[in-house]
Amino acid sequence: MVKMTTREKIVSQIETIAKQQEKQIAALDDNLVLTDSGLDSLCFALLVANLEDKLGYDPFTASDDVNFPVTFGDFVRLYEDGAH
Amino acid sequence: MAHTRPRTLGGILRGAGLTGRRILGVDASVSLDAIAVGTSLAVDRQTLAGRSVLIATDDQMTAALAVIELDGVARRMVLSPPDLRPDYLAAIVDDAEVDAIVSDRDPGTFAAIGKPVVGCGLPVAAYEGAPSEPCATEWVLLTSGTTGVPKMVVHSLDGLTAAITTPPPRERPTVWATFYDIRRYGGLQIFLRAMLGDSSLVLSHAGETIVDHLHRLAASGVTHISGTPSHWRRTIMCATANAIAPDYIRLSGEIADQAILNALHDTFPDAAIGHAYASTEAGVGFAVDDGLEGFPASLIEGGGDVSMKVEDGSLRIRSPRGADRYLGRNAEPLTDADGFIDTGDMIERRGDRFYFVGRRGGIINVGGLKVHPEEVEAVINRHQGVRMSLVKARKSPIMGSIVVAEVVLNDNQPAASGEGWDDALKDEIIHLCRGTLPQHKVPATIRFVPALTVTAAGKLARDHA
Repeated sequence: MVKMTTREKIVSQIETIAKQQEKQIAALDDNLVLTDSGLDSLCFALLVANLEDKLGYDPFTASDDVNFPVTFGDFVRLYEDGAH
Repeated sequence: MAHTRPRTLGGILRGAGLTGRRILGVDASVSLDAIAVGTSLAVDRQTLAGRSVLIATDDQMTAALAVIELDGVARRMVLSPPDLRPDYLAAIVDDAEVDAIVSDRDPGTFAAIGKPVVGCGLPVAAYEGAPSEPCATEWVLLTSGTTGVPKMVVHSLDGLTAAITTPPPRERPTVWATFYDIRRYGGLQIFLRAMLGDSSLVLSHAGETIVDHLHRLAASGVTHISGTPSHWRRTIMCATANAIAPDYIRLSGEIADQAILNALHDTFPDAAIGHAYASTEAGVGFAVDDGLEGFPASLIEGGGDVSMKVEDGSLRIRSPRGADRYLGRNAEPLTDADGFIDTGDMIERRGDRFYFVGRRGGIINVGGLKVHPEEVEAVINRHQGVRMSLVKARKSPIMGSIVVAEVVLNDNQPAASGEGWDDALKDEIIHLCRGTLPQHKVPATIRFVPALTVTAAGKLARDHA
């Protein structure tokens, strides 16, 4: 089985949550501004919780000094950096 | 001026028909005939006349005997629940101005308290002393709060028994039982109900398994049983639940949701099922017998002894069944200026009924939106695969908190063998929540657990961290 990358896991979780919450989401490219993604803050809260369960890591609480991501690319990098 | 003698428990028993009536414990069974004219104290009860007494026993039976004997004799009886932390004892003795401790324990247990210890226990001996003029004894109950020294709540026998009406005559003898300890308000109500009614009483026992307990209830021919919804969920999870065949099932102490009412009806189709609202402070508010969760709005609007109102979302009660006051030097006032007690139980009107939605202190804050764990649990519990659930907050860096659930499944899981059955079941439960609850109240995650912790008071353990 091919191991999913962090990015693929994030995309997969976003699609799951969007489906559950019946949200239309924009194409997930790196320049997409998160507030335009179609996900509301509750969706993001669910996403962060689910990713913590899948990846064992929550970059938002791992450090006191978090740069809150603006674009989808920022969001992925936050997790990729934390995974190292 | 006419002088009315106060009613006392012993006086009521001595004036009643006691034939065949008993208090049944796990080790011993004592006839009310013997109790009414006997003593279980190591000294003449008159040495405790006019005194403030702490009743702190290991055995519920000895507590029951001491209460019957000392009501009308002692000035004040403080009933220590079985799980009272020893380090709170000194503060309670001090605040309640306790003169003596009545106990079946080794007196050395209380050496640090510096008060005389009066032994009590079986067997019940004939009382040789002279009858005396009864006084109106204060009954002091401790609240089952989770933090700090419990509050002491002062009741009178008249208030404690004001909700008890004379039961209609029955064909088979009434045998009451309660999963509660009788030193808590819910258990004490059943103890008094059994003593004032024409019935026997089976006591619970902390060390007994639920299966052994059910067998003992069956062997005692129990007809009326009371407990919390958590007690009842645990009961119907037992394969031996059908060993008992109660005529009447009573729930109190927690929110009785539709799922537990229906499950009890399915398990005990011949039983009448009622849920009562009561608290240590406000006493018995009302009982609901229509098999539906919540209560009719007419109860709040209606007259009668018990006045109720809703303020800031919580139920307020003014009632002759309520406590007189809190006891102690730093005691807060029990009621507002109009005599209403704030129960802290949040209620919500939907149509012509009110529904309990949770405790004021238990709210989960999801990005500024309030969620009562109990309202979510009520929806989860409706799923036919679910026996009980606990909803709590999970910290979220985005929303402050989000809602998560731990779920105990029942035995009817037809799909439990197939692969992925647990994920499918979680989806079903989430789907059920989505159909009923706003988005922020739907659990983000569901975890299946083998069991949930129930406190000594019979309520689902919630840690309000």
